[in-house]
Parts: sequence; structure tokens; C-alpha cells
Amino acid sequence: MSILVIAEHDNSSLKPATLNSVTAAQAIGGDIDILVIGSDCQAVAEQAAQVAGISKVLVADNAAYGHQLAENVAPLIAEVGATYSHVLGTATTTIKNILPRAAALMDVQAISEISAVVSADTFKRPIYAGNVIATVQSSDAIKVLTVRGTAFDAAPAEGGSASIEAVASAHNAGKSEFKGEEVAKSDRPELTAAKIVVSGGRGMGNGDNFSMIYSIADKLGAGVGASRAAVDAGFVPNDMQVGQTGKIVAPDLYVAVGISGAIQHLAGMKDSKVIVAINKDEEAPIFSVADYGLVADLFTALPELDAAL
Amino acid sequence: MKVLVAVKRVVDYNVKVRPKSDGSDVDLANVKMSINPFCEIAVEEAVRLAEKGIATEVIAVSVGAKQCQEQLRTALALGADRAILVETDESLEPLAIAKCLKAVCDAESPDLILMGKQAIDGDNNQTGQMLAALLDCSQATFASELSFDDGKATVIREVDGGLQTLELTLPTIVTSDLRLNEPRYASLPNIMKAKRKPLDVKTPDDLGVNITPRVTLLGVELPAERQAGIKVEDVAMLVDKLKNEAKVIS
Ligand SMILES: Cc1cc2nc3c(=O)[nH]c(=O)nc-3n(C[C@H](O)[C@H](O)[C@H](O)COP(=O)(O)OP(=O)(O)OC[C@H]3O[C@@H](n4cnc5c(N)ncnc54)[C@H](O)[C@@H]3O)c2cc1C
Ligand SMILES: Nc1ncnc2c1ncn2[C@@H]1O[C@H](COP(=O)(O)O)[C@@H](O)[C@H]1O
Repeated sequence: MSILVIAEHDNSSLKPATLNSVTAAQAIGGDIDILVIGSDCQAVAEQAAQVAGISKVLVADNAAYGHQLAENVAPLIAEVGATYSHVLGTATTTIKNILPRAAALMDVQAISEISAVVSADTFKRPIYAGNVIATVQSSDAIKVLTVRGTAFDAAPAEGGSASIEAVASAHNAGKSEFKGEEVAKSDRPELTAAKIVVSGGRGMGNGDNFSMIYSIADKLGAGVGASRAAVDAGFVPNDMQVGQTGKIVAPDLYVAVGISGAIQHLAGMKDSKVIVAINKDEEAPIFSVADYGLVADLFTALPELDAAL
Repeated sequence: MKVLVAVKRVVDYNVKVRPKSDGSDVDLANVKMSINPFCEIAVEEAVRLAEKGIATEVIAVSVGAKQCQEQLRTALALGADRAILVETDESLEPLAIAKCLKAVCDAESPDLILMGKQAIDGDNNQTGQMLAALLDCSQATFASELSFDDGKATVIREVDGGLQTLELTLPTIVTSDLRLNEPRYASLPNIMKAKRKPLDVKTPDDLGVNITPRVTLLGVELPAERQAGIKVEDVAMLVDKLKNEAKVIS
């Protein structure tokens, strides 16, 4: 078996999400290479070479790959991936955007967000908002998989000494152009990597009230999330949405404040180790998954919690 | 500009599905079915483009069983001009669906193809990207804003880090995220009118598409149940439990 893991990075550093796919690759078993596609991304290749258990790092360094445009990156993955038994990437928005496109170019039915490896061709994955877990077997010659980050521990970022090889092939479809981005800047830990996450929902009432959540999060060193309703209402930006169609998190501690617990929200956080719910409605479904439920008005509970920490 | 919208018939988002007793698949007997919420957003976007005079024709397309006609009628009631059903009773995967949609696109030559980012049954999040590969056209997934200027599309995308703006040459595929728009409800007169709008039926065979599955479903199971928790009296007790029992804060 030979497995290609697509690196998640920002052209200067390798993102920890990559390491979850490395662990999934190890569960499949075989030689593991990492493909770094980017522009001016040698530093990423060097970090990838340090990851424990990697045979080879392939770097496709070209201006056309700088923003991970699917039209340019997918043909490269299809080309490089053709000699592997498996092509994997962690299910970030970047990978979800490009890997299915590469799979179609390879005439492969990709499998999304695997949560367990049963064997080299059989995998488990949550479907229907995580209400059931499917076991699926692929008959394609090459398996193209995205990996649910929360289901696999991160492989050690250090300890390896893989060789680095350049991939010369350049694809520039000229069909799309990157115009800009609005990146939310925050000193708080990234949601999907945080050990503690505090999330607010519609019950927060408005965006200003989220300052109560930020203050508690900062005392706990926590990341901050939100329900769809809080994002739709404009309380917080979209990248904070936790759920079936937002980010999937599984921290040691998840605190849901003013969130009712719709299945779409639960799908994104119910694998957290310890769940706390603060809600004034004792019938709220969130309590059915909470280890510790506090029936209270958040406007009194949050200041008290802040003071107690 | 000709717009094609792909709509999928799925379990209604309020339904909590369960495995069949033999664990072979999910039990969809007597379950409410609806248009996939992200597809509804895609249809709404297409209709708004028509209302602005940007879209000249909106064609709704679905691939699946005869009953998908219900969801196509919904799209027609929301404002699509005509519909195409690629009818089959076989189980379908994103790649096979993308191939059927490609054949329809080859015949219709749309300038814009609107789709949902994800179908809430299989949670695949693949079909749009795959169709873009097969058509060798540009793509913008997870769109929260779409505009047109100078024969190009500009899309704001919801990505992990925030928002990204892309400019795309046409034809292009745009998949909707939740914030692209808020879909309208179909009015009764429009539901009546939709019954008379054209709905063509084809089969994958007619289109020359092989839909043989590549992935076999071996079974489904319930996820691990969470242990029932406790209610705490107050914040002091909560903090005490988190520190001394769960040991998740210090
Ligand atoms: C296609 C689709 C995809 C979706 N994807 C997602 C997703 O990824 N993530 C997601 O979160 N949702 C998602 N949803 C939406 C989901 O169905 C719910 O609508 C949403 O999660 C509700 O958010 P909420 O719990 O904040 O709001 P509500 O359901 O309105 O709940 C607010 C809660 O706050 C409590 N509350 C109010 N005031 C106070 C107070 N003063 N003190 C204490 N408690 C208070 C109330 O008792 C209530 O329980 C999706 C829906 C669809 C159709
Ligand atoms: N059977 C289908 N018929 C028409 N469109 C579909 C079908 N399946 C998926 N799609 C489109 O592809 C999107 C993403 O679906 P998926 O890749 O299954 O998550 C949906 O929102 C639809 O727009």
C-alpha cells in the first residue's frame, strides 16, 4: 500500500489538521508520502519532512497553486495520486473543495469524512447528521478519502526525516482568480484544535453579549464557537459555526450556552469528552447530551461563572 | 444567461433517521421527504437572478426515483421555468449523479450551474466539485454571495478561516452555503401554476451514463450513546464538578 496525504497549509506553516490524516493513513498501513501544493511553500515541505512516519515529501511549488484554486490543484492531485493506492486529506474547507474534483478526474468515487478505518478498502463514516454510522467498501482501484479530523489523533509533528522531492508539473487553468480574503484574526485557539470550546447560540441575544463568552473563554484558554442561529443573526462570523454543515469539534470540554441542541448542532459537537449546557429551558434537547446541565438564565450564570474562574 | 439548478430529494431535516432492524441501511419507510435545504437555497438564488433580469431561463434538474418529481414541482413553484428528471431506481453516488448532470449540461449548455454544498442525507459534499471536474469548468463551493459583472461571476465563499472572494469565468458551478439567501415559500397560485410547467423525464441510459456503484454499503449502526448526565444546582457546583470530578479545568 502507498498512501498520499495532501498537506493543509498556508504556504508558510503546515496545519495540524494534516496530522490527523497521517494517523488515518497509518491505520490503513503502508508507505506514507505527503504532497505539499502551494507557492513559496518550501518551509511547509521542511515541516512535513519532520512528521513521524513519512517516507517522502513531494512539493509542487508554483505561483498558480498559491491560493489552492481547485481548477489548478485538482489536476495535479489526480496526476500525482495516480501511482498511489490511497489519496487522503483532512476534511477542511480547502480539502473538501479540491479532493472530490480530483477524484472525478481520476474517475473515482471519493468517500467523505471517514471516522474509522476497518480495512484498506472499508471505512466507517457518519451520515444523516451523524444519526447513523455507515460502513462502506470501495471497489475503486484508488481510494480517495477525506478524513474527519476529530476521529483520528494527530500524528507526532516531529521525529521524522523524510526526503523532499520537487514536482515540476504545473497546472494553470486560468478559469478562476483569487480576489481577496477576510480572515478572522483571533488570539484564541483554533476551534477544531482547542482543548476547550465555549459556544453561544441564539439565546445570547446579540453580538455584544458574546463578550461574556470571550471573557470566559480567555480564562480557560478556550476556542469560541456558535450555533447556526447565532451566525445567521450576525452575532458572530461564519467560521465559528459548529455543526453538521459547519465545523466538527471534539474537545475535552464543550460548553453550550443558549443553544437548544438541534440535531444539526449536535452533529458537530457530540463527540466532545465532557459537555456542559447552560440553558433556561429545562426541556432543551441539549440537556440530553450534556454531562452537566445548568438550568439558568445565561445573563446571570455567565457573570457568575466568569467570577468563579 | 441560462441557469441550471440541481435539486436532490432527501429526508426532511427535522427527521431523526434510524437503522433498519437488520442494520442493512437506514429506515426511510413513511419518512417525510423534502427538497435538500441547500438545494432550496440554490433554487432561490436562481429565481432571484431571473427576477433581476440576469437569468433568462432557470432549469431544475434532479436525478433519482420517480418521486423526485415532487421536489422538482417545488422548484417550479418557487420560480424555475422547467424541469428535467433523470429517472432511475438504482442507488446513486455523487460521481454517477455528476455524470448524469454532465450529460444534461452538455445538452443544455447552461452558463451557471447552482447546486447545494451538501446533501443532508449522505453528507457527501462532493457532487458540485465532481461536476466541475467533468465539465472542466470553474467552481466556487460554499458560496455566501454571488454577483455578475463583465461576463464573470464573483463569489464570496465561507471557508474555515473566514471569507474568500473568487472571480470565475463562465460557465461556472456555484454551491450554496446557508447564508447565500433565505428561501421564500411557494405561494398557492404558484404551486398551481407549477403543475403546468414542463417536466421532461430521461433515463441514465438515454444519456449514455453508466451509474454502476463503486462503493458498497455494508451496513449502518447507531453511534455510541452518551451516558445520561446530571443537572447541577448552580454555577458553584458546576465549577466544582468540572474541577474535581471531570478534571477538565484547573
Ligand atoms: C441544512 C441545515 C443545516 C444546519 N446546520 C447547522 C449547523 O451546522 N450548526 C448549527 O448549530 N445549526 C445548524 N442548523 C440549524 C439548526 O437546525 C438549529 O436551527 C440551530 O442549531 C438553532 O440554534 P440555537 O440553538 O442557537 O437557537 P434556538 O434553537 O433558538 O435555541 C436558543 C436556545 O437558547 C435558550 N435561551 C434563550 N435565552 C436564554 C437565556 N437568557 N438564558 C439561557 N438560555 C436561553 C433557549 O431556551 C433555547 O434553547 C442547520 C439547519 C439546516 C436546515
Ligand atoms: N440525486 C441528485 N439529483 C440532483 N442533484 C443532486 C443529487 N445529488 C446531489 N445533487 C446536488 O449536489 C449537491 C451536493 O450533494 P452531495 O455531494 O451529495 O452532498 C446537492 O445539494 C445537489 O445540488
